[in-house]
Amino acid sequence: MALQDEPLLELKAVHHAIGGRTIVEIEHWALRPGEHALLLGPSGSGKTSLINIVCGLVAPTGGEVRVAGERMTGVSALEKDDLRRRRIGLVFQTLRLVSALTVRQNLLLAQTIGRRLRDEADVDRLIGRVGLSHRAHGRPRELSQGEGQRAAIARALVARPALVIADEPTSALDDANTGRMLDLLFDSAAATGATLLVATHDERVRGRFAHRLELAARA
Amino acid sequence: MSIFALTLAYLRDRKLATLLNILLLTLGVATLVLLRIFASQLESRLDRDAQGIDLVVGAKGSPMQLILSGVFHIDAPTGNIPLETLDLLRRQPTVGQAIPLALGDNFRGFRIVGTEAGYLDLYGAELADGRLFDRPMEAVIGSAVAAGTHAALGQRFTGSHGLGEGGHSHEDTPFTVVGRLKPTGTVVDRLILTPVESVWNVHGIHHEEHEDGHEHAPSAEETHGHHHDHDHDHEARPAPAAMDSGRQAELKPEVTAILVRYRSALGAVQLPGFINRQTDLQAAVPAVELARILSLVGIGLDTMRVLALLQMLTAALSIFVALYGSLQKRQGDMALLRVIGASRGQVFGQVLLEGLLLAAAGAILGLLLGHAVVGVAAAIFPELRELGVSALHFDPAELLILLGALGLGLLAALIPALQVYRTDIARTLAEVQ
Repeated sequence: MALQDEPLLELKAVHHAIGGRTIVEIEHWALRPGEHALLLGPSGSGKTSLINIVCGLVAPTGGEVRVAGERMTGVSALEKDDLRRRRIGLVFQTLRLVSALTVRQNLLLAQTIGRRLRDEADVDRLIGRVGLSHRAHGRPRELSQGEGQRAAIARALVARPALVIADEPTSALDDANTGRMLDLLFDSAAATGATLLVATHDERVRGRFAHRLELAARA
Repeated sequence: MSIFALTLAYLRDRKLATLLNILLLTLGVATLVLLRIFASQLESRLDRDAQGIDLVVGAKGSPMQLILSGVFHIDAPTGNIPLETLDLLRRQPTVGQAIPLALGDNFRGFRIVGTEAGYLDLYGAELADGRLFDRPMEAVIGSAVAAGTHAALGQRFTGSHGLGEGGHSHEDTPFTVVGRLKPTGTVVDRLILTPVESVWNVHGIHHEEHEDGHEHAPSAEETHGHHHDHDHDHEARPAPAAMDSGRQAELKPEVTAILVRYRSALGAVQLPGFINRQTDLQAAVPAVELARILSLVGIGLDTMRVLALLQMLTAALSIFVALYGSLQKRQGDMALLRVIGASRGQVFGQVLLEGLLLAAAGAILGLLLGHAVVGVAAAIFPELRELGVSALHFDPAELLILLGALGLGLLAALIPALQVYRTDIARTLAEVQ
């Protein structure tokens, strides 16, 4: 099977329950490289739980998760950490950067941990791409909301992950900024060869994605 | 940007706490290092000074005082003993060598010691220039005396009565420097050595000129004076070794102490008892008295050590509090590190490294501060230099102090690090998002 045909993310009979209450239930879903997708669902539909399961931060009560053909379930914590490090970049809504480091240092740290190499030129290119060259030596607390979000995208991409998962990247933004944020995500992903999985309950972004996984609201 | 650089960034981020943590540990380590340097250098110096001397014979009194004055030249002597004692000892088959010492005067605070060439051999002292004394009033000076008085060969000087500075001067009987010694790292460095006869000359003349009842001529018995009441003024100005016992008109030569080396081990069994049975004599064993001195000093040192250790524990506690508080605020950071791909071990190690770096900074600065204080103290107090205390001397035990400080730093970081290790990232993410 050619690499191109192999799903970047594959969920097989994934089931997760907490205290007997089902949080996530997915029969089968696959995401192929380059097929940017939305993870849609209202609050409480299990989006965050599913992201944690995909990233290996939470073990599902049943089923199998594969990232780029490698198992994220049924393996040791160390193997999960390693797979996440090599394949996945995460963009959170509020948790963006390490507080004690500048934007540039944050990217260098993420690059060192994620790729185990140091390529300062690549870091500076990425900072330029997200339009933060003037803020490269700024601390996270000095950044505006939009700047912080862009820095988080750059931080997630610097390790060249195959899969970038963004959790509610636009819910705090107005229409104009939401458009710019999505452009930035698509452009950056195209530049680094990453595939996007964007979790949101923001209906405004629906039209920009051809693929989606919709989670139903749970009582 | 590595985990190491990240750790430095965190430490910089809370500068004040970091500096306080380091300062506390620095002071604790410096105190321990200081105590160690003083204790070990003092001990090795005292050992060197007492080496080769099996027994000291002097006037009855405190054996420790006899050793302090006769071997280390610190305290006042217990008194004088008749010169015949020297012959008595030399006739004993168990005695290998007996070296007389006649004390009582000083030149600018350096003690003038009437003795024989054998005393120099005891410490392996060699001449830097000049020659050995061979007649009365000739003097050979130790290296510290030469440095302290700038006395050249041929220089004439007069001794002052007493063993510290400030006594009246024996101006009619000047000494001439005929030789200067190389440094030995022993008590000889700060002594002025002359034939025993010089001391007799000085005091014979001195005494005759003050026959009209000058008070500075107590008998040997009066001098060690534990038997009757008299003022203790003499303790700073002990009896010169040339005094007649009580009758000032008839001078009989005396010495202050005799250093004895046994010919055989049998000496240790027979000689002290033999001497102590003589009415006016006592024998003191340097090794025994040295052990007593060190144990007395040791109680004080131990107390200070306990205080220094408590200070180090306080430092460890402050590192713990600072790390614990900092990590409460950094939960999001730690979660982010894990999300980026850092393993549990890496974030655990990062927190441990923070404690270790604080401890290493405190330990290294403490080591440097300890040695700097020793250096400054040695520069200010010549007595310390004379004792051989030097800032450049490193003791192997300092390595243990260093390792102990690093261990404390690790221990202080262990609980916060374990807490980070056990953190449920998904829960933290849910809380901080």
